[in-house]
Amino acid sequence: MITIEELKRIKEEQRPILEKRLIEQGNVNINEDGSIVLNGDYYKKQVRIALKNCGIIDPNNIKEYIAVDGYFALANCLINKKAKDIIEDMKASGLRGRGGAGFPTGRKWETAFLYDADQKYMICNADEGDPGAFMDRSILENDPHSVLEGMAIGGYSIGADKGFIYVRAEYPLAVRRLRAAIDQAKELGLLGNNILGTGFNFDIELRLGSGAFVCGEGTALIESIEGKRGMPRTKIYRTAHKGLWEKPTIINNVETFANVPVIFQKGVDWFRSIGTEKSPGTKVFALVGKVENAGLVEVPMGTTLREIVFDIGGGTQNGKEFKSVQTGGPSGGCIPANLIDTSVDFESLDKIGSIMGSGGMVVMDENTCMVDIARYFLDFTVDESCGKCVPCREGTKRMLETLDKIVSGKGEEEDIEKLESLSETITLGSLCGLGQTAANPVITTLKYFRDEYEAHIQDKKCPAGACVDLVEYFITDKCIGCGACARACPVDCISGAKKELHVIDQDRCIKCGACMEACPPKISAVIKR
Amino acid sequence: MSDVRLMIDGQEVVVSSETSILEAAKQIGIEIPALCYDPNLEIEAACRLCLVEIEGSNKLQTSCSTRVKEGMVVHTQSEKVVKTRKDILQLLLDSHPNDCLTCQKAGECLLQKYAYDYDLKFRVHDGAMRPQLLDTSSPYILKDNAKCILCGKCVKTCAQVSDRQVLTFAERGYETYIALDANQTLETSSCVSCNRCVTVCPVGALVDKRALGKLRSWDGSSRVINCKRCDYGCEFEIVSKDKKNIAVLAKPPTNGRPLCLKGRLNTELEYIDEPEVPYRKISGKFEETTWSKALSLDGLLEKFEKMDSLKGKTREE
Ligand SMILES: Cc1cc2nc3c(=O)[nH]c(=O)nc-3n(C[C@H](O)[C@H](O)[C@H](O)COP(=O)(O)O)c2cc1C
Ligand code: SF4
Ligand code: SF4
Ligand code: SF4
Repeated sequence: MITIEELKRIKEEQRPILEKRLIEQGNVNINEDGSIVLNGDYYKKQVRIALKNCGIIDPNNIKEYIAVDGYFALANCLINKKAKDIIEDMKASGLRGRGGAGFPTGRKWETAFLYDADQKYMICNADEGDPGAFMDRSILENDPHSVLEGMAIGGYSIGADKGFIYVRAEYPLAVRRLRAAIDQAKELGLLGNNILGTGFNFDIELRLGSGAFVCGEGTALIESIEGKRGMPRTKIYRTAHKGLWEKPTIINNVETFANVPVIFQKGVDWFRSIGTEKSPGTKVFALVGKVENAGLVEVPMGTTLREIVFDIGGGTQNGKEFKSVQTGGPSGGCIPANLIDTSVDFESLDKIGSIMGSGGMVVMDENTCMVDIARYFLDFTVDESCGKCVPCREGTKRMLETLDKIVSGKGEEEDIEKLESLSETITLGSLCGLGQTAANPVITTLKYFRDEYEAHIQDKKCPAGACVDLVEYFITDKCIGCGACARACPVDCISGAKKELHVIDQDRCIKCGACMEACPPKISAVIKR
Repeated sequence: MSDVRLMIDGQEVVVSSETSILEAAKQIGIEIPALCYDPNLEIEAACRLCLVEIEGSNKLQTSCSTRVKEGMVVHTQSEKVVKTRKDILQLLLDSHPNDCLTCQKAGECLLQKYAYDYDLKFRVHDGAMRPQLLDTSSPYILKDNAKCILCGKCVKTCAQVSDRQVLTFAERGYETYIALDANQTLETSSCVSCNRCVTVCPVGALVDKRALGKLRSWDGSSRVINCKRCDYGCEFEIVSKDKKNIAVLAKPPTNGRPLCLKGRLNTELEYIDEPEVPYRKISGKFEETTWSKALSLDGLLEKFEKMDSLKGKTREE
């Protein structure tokens, strides 16, 4: 059994070793207050709480985690705080769930804390399934102990002695690192029985997800751990009262848990000093798409989209015109350029029709077709719908069919209205969050980029030039008749005599764009229109 | 458990706090449409038809899974509710074959009833339809996946008998369908032909094959009897037409009654004037059999004869 003295001794022993290694590596800055941050402009503009150890400590070595004050928050909670105090602190911190909905974590824990039961469970949702998202994966791979420590603190506060981490099987490295971390923590006595001699027992087991996106939904996740088909349950009872095996259960996201130890290390006031009044703290985003510096970005809540996309992300690639940023993954919305000064917090994003979600952020430029983007996200939802309830199972399928029609130039006047009406029904009628938010990409693109839909339907044109069926390659009179395009065309549909204007037979053109590439750059006679 | 008072469509009702809105409405004669709800089965809230509007919330709630609260004001027919309900029904119709003319379920099909109530029709469209997957392998049940609306009732009722649990959901999204064991047929699966699933299916996706083509739901007259085969006394409907008993239909199993094939055949033999040949499933194959074998009476019949003849003799002597 480890004691607090022993924990301190490990820290003192390991800290100089860690610092020496980091100084040799040369990519970090060790501040006066002992905090360690990664060098470079990209990181300078960020405030890292959940990611604070990522890229700094060795995730395979629990001692390095201890060297950066790891497990001291747990020790302090177990030794000096009552369960109720922890709940009060969590409520006061204002921490809101980072898995999507932003529910206040302290209030959630309190519900389970107040409910008497012989057994309670703490679950970490590590099923991260949004396309393009990798915030949680990064935390699990680079700082697994922060999640374990957060879960143990939560377990102590609600009275759970058992935790599960439901992690995607597609994250093998994360799984390995978690396994190793759990083993090391058990070996040192920071998990298991009688932790730090306080009599508190807490054990954590891994459960591998089946790869279905919907299993990230809390009730489906519970069904899946119970060995059933991962389908969301209707909420007759709250999971905080009757969850896993009918016992009080708390489910929190990876990033949520990673915030917990830091709150207890640095205090509630410190935490509240970051972010906004209603959304304290930071949020990690996976900045991807047509942006110069893609990567993980952790910023205080309330930072504007402009600061994230332009100041940190460096704006769009190749100087293309910025068009939109999509937040919240398949449940989120597309935000137009004129709302780029929106501050990123739960309320502000909600107000403009998008959501915070788990932190996906996709940047789009002038070449992105917004109808096609809506189609892309809906395609994902249609594939991932569990099939249980009618509006989601049938409705998203019909919406996708309509969008397919539109992007292939077969859209009809009434399709927009049909999309709007179905969006409403799916949003209002679906059982779980997947269906309830599935229409968001369509709703927001219809709201902010309606002209693009109309161009597809009325003019049979894709303004961004992205929808293959709606563009044509055309040779302008800049043509010098060199014949390069005709030789490149795989279906031989370009004709023209030497040194004379060449012409593309539009009926036979397969729109591969080979002609445009073949035309000498100085001439650039082939255009897409 | 205390009583609560609430308003549903302007009518006041007092019910216990454990009651669902749907059941509370029923008590004052308000019928809320629902395809997946069955008081004998676990609540799923999958069909979403029973959505209602509760004052104070922008969202709609499924009345099967929402319990009443003191002071609640519920609208079961608000504009929003009706629009959503119609859309949901239309979505189901858009995937459903237009086969009411010859469907065995016509007249008692809930989808048909609600389509009528809400004035909805089949539409011609070039989108996807559910694939035609007809399982004709059983002499007792016809399973037509194209008509299935995926309410899940069959899965739940089958699973209520612990050694059955034959039916499951397979695939997901629009491709979801009801499968038997790991993609077996009615014949090759462990299905025992009890017909529980048939009794709960709201549409024509699972029908009693022995009644097929013999009667329409509005035909003839019927009465309900209790099976005499065992103490459970499962209920069967005896349907008669032109003064002849022509079909035995299993009634939904309640109060822990299991339903079984033997009971059904027993009832057929007892009541039907000209019962069809019985079949037995022997290692995953249906085979025609005799009534005495089907009812496991072989040994008994010989004994009857022996005993009866003995009795005759004693009297003569
Ligand atoms: C379809 C769907 C998928 C979800 N996937 C995840 C996920 O991968 N990870 C996650 O943390 N939350 C996911 N959620 C949200 C969870 O239901 C739940 O709200 C969350 O795990 C709660 O944790 P938090 O309060 O810490 O955010 C998903 C929700 C839905 C509806
Ligand atoms: S909304 Fe979609 S994913 Fe959720 S229960 Fe319904 S069908 Fe399943
Ligand atoms: S007949 Fe009985 S055993 Fe067979 S699938 Fe239906 S309920 Fe299950
Ligand atoms: S077969 Fe019938 S009972 Fe079973 S899911 Fe389909 S519609 Fe429902």
